[in-house]
Amino acid sequence: MAFVNLQNVTYKYPLTKTPVLQNINLQINEGEFVAVVGPNGAGKSTLCYALAGFVPHFFKGEISGSIEVAGAESSKSTLDEWVLNVGLAFQNPFNQISGAKYTVFEEIAFGLENSGVPRDEIRPRVEDAMKLTDISNLADRSPYSLSGGQQQRVALTSILVMQPRLLVLDEPTSQMDPIGTREVFGVVRRMAEGGMTVVMVEHKMEWIANFADRVIALKDGQILLEGKPNEVLTSDLLAENGFGLSRYTSTAREAKKRGLWKKSNLPVTLDEAVEGFS
Amino acid sequence: MKIEIKDLRFTYPTGLDALRGISLSIEAGEQVAIVGQNGAGKTTLVRHFNGLLQPTLGSVMIGDWDTKKYSVAKLASRVGYVFQNPDEQLFSKDVGAEVKFGPRNLGYSKEKIDGLVTRALALTELSDKTETNPYDLSPTWRKMVALASVIAMDTPIVIFDEPTTGQDAANVARIAHVIAELRREGKTVITITHDIDFCAENFERVIALANGQVLLDGAAADVLGQEEILAQTYVDPPQLTRLGKRLGLKETVRNQEEFLNALS
Repeated sequence: MAFVNLQNVTYKYPLTKTPVLQNINLQINEGEFVAVVGPNGAGKSTLCYALAGFVPHFFKGEISGSIEVAGAESSKSTLDEWVLNVGLAFQNPFNQISGAKYTVFEEIAFGLENSGVPRDEIRPRVEDAMKLTDISNLADRSPYSLSGGQQQRVALTSILVMQPRLLVLDEPTSQMDPIGTREVFGVVRRMAEGGMTVVMVEHKMEWIANFADRVIALKDGQILLEGKPNEVLTSDLLAENGFGLSRYTSTAREAKKRGLWKKSNLPVTLDEAVEGFS
Repeated sequence: MKIEIKDLRFTYPTGLDALRGISLSIEAGEQVAIVGQNGAGKTTLVRHFNGLLQPTLGSVMIGDWDTKKYSVAKLASRVGYVFQNPDEQLFSKDVGAEVKFGPRNLGYSKEKIDGLVTRALALTELSDKTETNPYDLSPTWRKMVALASVIAMDTPIVIFDEPTTGQDAANVARIAHVIAELRREGKTVITITHDIDFCAENFERVIALANGQVLLDGAAADVLGQEEILAQTYVDPPQLTRLGKRLGLKETVRNQEEFLNALS
């Protein structure tokens, strides 16, 4: 039995005419790191909301099919039960920061306080989480005084500290500097290796290919393709459907036409490109 | 219109020294990308160009105007600024009114306003959405509304703060097209970005900031090849630049054409 199990999930927001998710079937094993890619409007954030219980519990609307995480079914659970297993970092960190706390440290402790974790346990857990994402130096700053990328790190940390069994990340590095982005992928990879299940929406194909176990390509609310990162991210189907490609992939595709790329497979990562062009 | 910055220092009221002595000039019509680590001071720097922030020490000149002597409203006729988050900037009930707001405030004639609005909407592919409330649009299109509302002001200097964040390939291409169009019109375009591949493909000059100071400033090909120095401010060279280096190509390549030409 898969740890995450979506069966025939179709969902429509209260005010939209057509379903945003259409007949999604998806199984994810515990400890797997799955990346979700797709053009804007494909339904990526809605899928995150469905996994996190916000769809339909918070947004309402019409849903059919079933969503199970860790053996519990979403429709039979309340949101406050659901969040004990599943953590979601929002696309826009500004929407996630509580507004109720004066410092980054308190902000990260907020979730633990709310779930009744003893005070003695909160401090070390917050400190460890901040070390993991390299934001210990921001502990005493106001969450609102931070740059976009720093705020995003705080938002991510405030979810990681909860140690959810399923971690859902909606473009967690969109405002981060390049090396910071790579570090966050590394942190997420380590969490997955420690047994956390991860679903991450991202556009950065090079790092997906380097760190994720599997890729789901969404388009118009449906799964267009899924499989190993290198297979999915180099597929002609993605190129034809307006998905962004790694520069290694698009350049090798062009090089192939000019006879400068001899291999049958296209690259996604630097190492694959170096190997193929050498 | 030239931008001249002399020994600019800025300290936030909290005591944070965000800019620690920056001097640079940007000529009229230049296309400049600003890159660097989160918290390096990129947004703080560009917010001095339209007077949202005032120097703690030093000066910022926009043409012959010292930003200390002009209001934000006045500076808005010279510097357009597209916020990182469109939601911080949009407030009108429909897209048409939103895009018209800026040029109307600048006191242009009705004909000029209509012409500017029509052009801005066409450039951002929003012509069929003028009656829509911006908040009924997806974040992607709200970003385009934010772009259109600033472009319509027809300022000689336009600033984009992380324009490609969260945008898919199609929209990144649209934004690149808008920037190319502004370049053709002779506008100065200054863009903060973490998307180094986008930076390499669309900008001639790159400034890398680190800890409130200029780390590197020069032609994109020179700056983007300096892997070790860029790493100090958490920036990787573009993908194809890295690939070119690993393959031992002599020159620094920035984009697909340069790479394939160097290879063949």
